[in-house]
Amino acid sequence: MSRGERVPRIGVVTFPGSLDDRDALHAVELMGAQGIPLWHADTDLQGVDAVILPGGFSYGDYLRTGALARFARIMDAVRAFADRGGPVLGICNGFQILCEAGMLPGALSRNDSLRFVCRPVSIRVETSGTPVTGRLLPGETVEIPIKHGEGRYVAGKEELRRIEGEGLVAFRYSGPDGVVDDARNPNGSVGNIAGVRNGSGNVVGLMPHPEHAVDPDVGPVGGQPLFASLLQYVGAGV
Amino acid sequence: MAQEQPLHRQLGLTDEEFGDIRQTLGRDPGSAELAMYAAMWSEHCSYKSSKVHLRSLPTEGSAVLVGPGEDAGAVDIGDGLAVVFKIESHSHPSAIEPYQGAATGVGGIVRDIISMGARPIALLDPLRFGPLDEARNRWLFEGVVAGIGGYGNCIGVPTVGGEVHFAGPHSSNPTINVMCVGVAPADRLVTSAMPVHEGSLMVLYGAATGRDGIGGVSVLASATLEEGAEASRPSVQIGDPFAEKLLIEASLELVERGLLEGLQDLGGAGLTCAVSESAARAGLGAELDLDAVPLREAGMEAFEILTSESQERMLAIVSPGKLVQVQAVCERWGLQGVVVAKTITGGGLTVRLGGEIVARVPARSLADEGPVYERPSAPPADLAERQEDDPTFATVTVKAEEAFFSVLASPNVASKRWVAEQYDAHVQHNTIAAAGGDAAVVRVDGTLRALALSSDGKGRFGHLDPYLGAAHAVAEAARNVACTGARPLAITNCLNFGNPERPEVMWQFTESIRGIADACRAFDTPVTGGNVSFYNESGDSAVWPTPVIGMLGLLADHRLRVRSGFRGPGTTIYQLGDTLPELGGSEFAEVVLQMISGKPPALELAHERALQQLLVDAAAGDLLVSAHDCGDGGLAIALAESAIAGDTGFAVTLPADAPWYVSLFSESASRVVVSVDEARIAAFEALVARAGVPLRRLGETGGPRISIDGALETTVEAAREAYESAIPTLLDA
Amino acid sequence: MRYGFEVLVSLKAGLLDPQGKAVEGSLPALGWTNVSDVRVGKHIALTIEADDEDAARVQVAEMAERLLSNPVIEDFQILSASELGG
Repeated sequence: MSRGERVPRIGVVTFPGSLDDRDALHAVELMGAQGIPLWHADTDLQGVDAVILPGGFSYGDYLRTGALARFARIMDAVRAFADRGGPVLGICNGFQILCEAGMLPGALSRNDSLRFVCRPVSIRVETSGTPVTGRLLPGETVEIPIKHGEGRYVAGKEELRRIEGEGLVAFRYSGPDGVVDDARNPNGSVGNIAGVRNGSGNVVGLMPHPEHAVDPDVGPVGGQPLFASLLQYVGAGV
Repeated sequence: MAQEQPLHRQLGLTDEEFGDIRQTLGRDPGSAELAMYAAMWSEHCSYKSSKVHLRSLPTEGSAVLVGPGEDAGAVDIGDGLAVVFKIESHSHPSAIEPYQGAATGVGGIVRDIISMGARPIALLDPLRFGPLDEARNRWLFEGVVAGIGGYGNCIGVPTVGGEVHFAGPHSSNPTINVMCVGVAPADRLVTSAMPVHEGSLMVLYGAATGRDGIGGVSVLASATLEEGAEASRPSVQIGDPFAEKLLIEASLELVERGLLEGLQDLGGAGLTCAVSESAARAGLGAELDLDAVPLREAGMEAFEILTSESQERMLAIVSPGKLVQVQAVCERWGLQGVVVAKTITGGGLTVRLGGEIVARVPARSLADEGPVYERPSAPPADLAERQEDDPTFATVTVKAEEAFFSVLASPNVASKRWVAEQYDAHVQHNTIAAAGGDAAVVRVDGTLRALALSSDGKGRFGHLDPYLGAAHAVAEAARNVACTGARPLAITNCLNFGNPERPEVMWQFTESIRGIADACRAFDTPVTGGNVSFYNESGDSAVWPTPVIGMLGLLADHRLRVRSGFRGPGTTIYQLGDTLPELGGSEFAEVVLQMISGKPPALELAHERALQQLLVDAAAGDLLVSAHDCGDGGLAIALAESAIAGDTGFAVTLPADAPWYVSLFSESASRVVVSVDEARIAAFEALVARAGVPLRRLGETGGPRISIDGALETTVEAAREAYESAIPTLLDA
Repeated sequence: MRYGFEVLVSLKAGLLDPQGKAVEGSLPALGWTNVSDVRVGKHIALTIEADDEDAARVQVAEMAERLLSNPVIEDFQILSASELGG
């Protein structure tokens, strides 16, 4: 069997309080990968090709979202994996954890409405240079649900300039037509930022939930291209 | 003055009940014993006012695996799977502290489902508040919704439905009901039929025990709230959804690995209830050691530990040989699991603290031998007068268009998006349809099956005729489920009433039970369990008699489920069922005529059943594009909602032989608006004829306009704006 | 010795504080039209065992930097060290 045909193995970490871990496993399997459950207290990533930090309320999100999970034992392995160039995707709480861990710039804070919000949103792809956007072009939009109480992306002025300047924004909340404006900003994120990547492009996080938009039996499938990109990324052996 | 009362009365026990306790024990009870009896014999735990009447509900059916009496009922859905579901009220705690009251309500009902060994897969929240123009009602509404979201979103169980209603009597008495649905392999249900052995251990796991909700059962849940109820705030429990999530996973792992003889959640009456019920069900006694209970605060007294309602605790019954494995599972999930009791022969429950015996009572006397009352009942004195003033014959001066927008934007009818968007509807990746349609549709993981879930209460109808109000609630819940194509299987109910010591409340209660029983028999949807919530009143103002029905329906193949919205142009719109001049208790009468009076619409149970069967058959034959119940607001609202949901306009004509306000706003029962593709019309009409259900062709779908011939011309966009903006606008006031 | 500390965590100046804004927006309706600059933060109380107060304070500062606050968006202040006795 050639390398390109083997089934990619994608790990999903379960922290205490992770909620969308089974959903992420279901999504990657639906897309043709093998889902590998990873446990927060383990130190071994079981040789997976990519790591997903799923949504939820790890450790209750007490103190701050993601603040306690970043100290979980498996995070050392995740960080080492990322340092070697391994693809890491943080979804919602996973995004919050990656920011808290300093693996992604910025932070997530309470929605400007002060309310939890669960609804489908359109997000515009800003770069093809992430593990989940390789099959998408900048300017394309996908419809994916959000569900979070603390999804307002913030960063200090200097850092924001760097994030924008270095092209680290991966997704912005937009209309289906790609128009980015306040009316399409569900939580008050600066610059409508819905997701960012790191400098080397192998770590990416976003608030919307692509794993909840892959199963045509349940609803729309705007998340499929993100997972298809991830499978292609690991299949290419990057 | 309260402090001059004897202790038993302060704890809510009557002199007669105190006498019964003395007779049972053959001596005066100690204070810890008295607190245990007070908690267990409270209305909330003992059902003492309702028990005799609940017996008349139909509880048996071929699909029922577990009926009333366990933590939740269970129904067979085939393929070796069982659905476990239950509804409960958390109204009293929510009236005092809306966020925590509602949050802990969610926590409690979820633990009822896990204690049956089932994974919770869906939550529904039927809520009733006073009008939103009062600031306090807005505070309660916003707090309750935030609390449900704050807890439910954090435990990984999707909130997929419910209802929100507003009515004057709920101003100081919000009615907060929570329903949870779970799924388990049928052969792995944890029920009292499982053998518990002498010498088995009771392992308390989860959160530590604090002074939360001390007296919550006897003081909070079982007495009418007085002015200044805020003073009872310390009695309110605080929820920790993170702990609950760990509790769910740990409990299910214990069940899956076959490590348990029994499982009980700690709810009302806390440890007392869990230990005494577990022992009594097994025909055993127990020795309970309070020194082993992990405490959050130092210096707690026996009665406090015994009746604390600290959240997120479970009690597992374990054979000694499996203790190590059980504790390892708890530890893996970061929970403390300690042995607090063991079962013994005989029926005695002995409780020790600091080496001393603080209570020694028969377990059954707490759990099963509480008082039973047949309270006097009489119809309200003003009932006839209320029914006499029938809005059907009122003079209507308003224009149709104005009436349409008034009813559409009435908070009872208007979009509840503001609420639904605060709940995670997606987690567990099986939600096919959440709030907004007729019933929520949730796929059973890994199968083609789906559950259709609806919760319905008809308070205004109940106020005018409690028998009909209750029967309508069952009918509407079943119809909502049938509109998706699912077959109604069984119900759970939450009976929300005022003070049962008042004869008119008791009459409302018995009439409602009669209505539920008749409807459930007619639809073959037995009652598998539920909850009675009395004392929903303050001063002279009681809530309307509002049984809330949680209906479970089953779709054999979710791909054949029917949507509520129209789908593009060119389909034919029909009304199934007849419209009669029945405006009594309607939304139109309240909003446009300012009348809450008359008789509710009649309900022919056989017609209703035929309609539901027709909907199920039509869906199975893939004959329907859409189906939507004609409920609150009548035909005009059903049509508008289908148009808004599907972003598709329509043109219909009304019958010439009735005034427009009857055609548009009558709330006659057993009616559904469907749309059908050209190619299916012949088959559909033939099926309807065979079923003997009245059918009227109304018109066609298409375009951006809403056109009701001769009465109303507007656009889908204008209707959507009115429908969506109503509740946010009221909240911004 | 045991020392009690309080750590106040607040959003960095200039960052939008929706909770503070909501509180500020509600005060005029209650009659306080003279309030501005409302900021909502967190208050964390803890007791720490250490040789002396300075050593304790150093550790609390480290905790505040590593866990109790997120330096990307938050500042912290360490308050009111009071000796609780051995």
